Amino acid sequence: MAAEGSSSIDALSQFKLSTALGPIGASVNFTQANVMMVVASVLTLALLWVGMRPRAMVPGRFQAAAEMAYEFLMSMCVEMIGPEGRKFFPFVFTLFFFILFGNLMGVFPYFFTFTSHIAVTLALSLLVFVLVTVVALRLHGLHFFSYFMPQGIPVALAPLMVLIEMISYLSRIISLSVRLFANMMAGHVMLEVFGAFIVMLGAAGVIGWVPAGLSLAVNTALIGFELLVAVLQAYVFAVLTCIYLHDAVHLH
Amino acid sequence: MSEEPGGTGDSFTERLKAARSRQGLDAPPKRPGGDLSGDGPNPWGIGLRVGVELVSAMVVAVAIGYGLDWLFGTKPILTAVFVLVGGAAGVLNVWRLFAPRHGT
Repeated sequence: MAAEGSSSIDALSQFKLSTALGPIGASVNFTQANVMMVVASVLTLALLWVGMRPRAMVPGRFQAAAEMAYEFLMSMCVEMIGPEGRKFFPFVFTLFFFILFGNLMGVFPYFFTFTSHIAVTLALSLLVFVLVTVVALRLHGLHFFSYFMPQGIPVALAPLMVLIEMISYLSRIISLSVRLFANMMAGHVMLEVFGAFIVMLGAAGVIGWVPAGLSLAVNTALIGFELLVAVLQAYVFAVLTCIYLHDAVHLH
Repeated sequence: MSEEPGGTGDSFTERLKAARSRQGLDAPPKRPGGDLSGDGPNPWGIGLRVGVELVSAMVVAVAIGYGLDWLFGTKPILTAVFVLVGGAAGVLNVWRLFAPRHGT
């Protein structure tokens, strides 16, 4: 909320957590972010359940959406990971839709964007990282550690290269989580800033009405941009998960 | 129109291919590498991705260096070393981003 009259724009308080569901939620720290996570999960289930209930030969809108999502993600898994990708399809599908609905719901007023918190995205990327590492270790055993040793380098350089490769491997956690978090947070800060411009300029009298209208136009464009970013970032997260899984399954 | 076997076969394939690409039925030729960077061709997206890759490698490296320094009591040395290694790892990340992926 913009502080009315004053010249300060409080763009970050929109990310503040507060407990939801009354005293029960307060006692277990169930925040509005958790509520939105539950809603995102329920929406995903609802899309699939409501969509696939008719089981029509010629799909209706919801069924077409559900089938397209299924086929899109399935082909992405198989193309990027290989034939083994089918095993990881449920994970990638869940991840994609959880993030997609989290991002998309954030565009609506009064809704909270849980993906704009680094805690959430870091937890998700840690989940991916641990899964990828466990898969690689289970499939390849200790041979997995040859991943850190690039082929065809001089032995003298090996310690340095292994160190660099390990840091590069670990940095996936940070880059995966920061990308999603930064995109979502930046978009919402922009929306808030231009929203505050509208209020402040509109209160400044007739002179402010033209720039206020411009800010409104910018905000309208930003909403569309946010929709794009929401879908794109969910897609990027899923694609990168697939690439990492490919590396884990095939090593190099 | 009668078509002879052999000679016109090639020209038919060529004409079909031309017609298909005119109508956009054929998939566009694959871009060499970098097409897995999901942020699309948008230069801002690419810039953001490169920045994130560089910074994240540096963050991990500095964290490791600082932790090892704290562990061994060699305060600035290992952090300084790992800053260099982290920069190299960041460049490696960026290289991975744009290098053509082989063996998929």
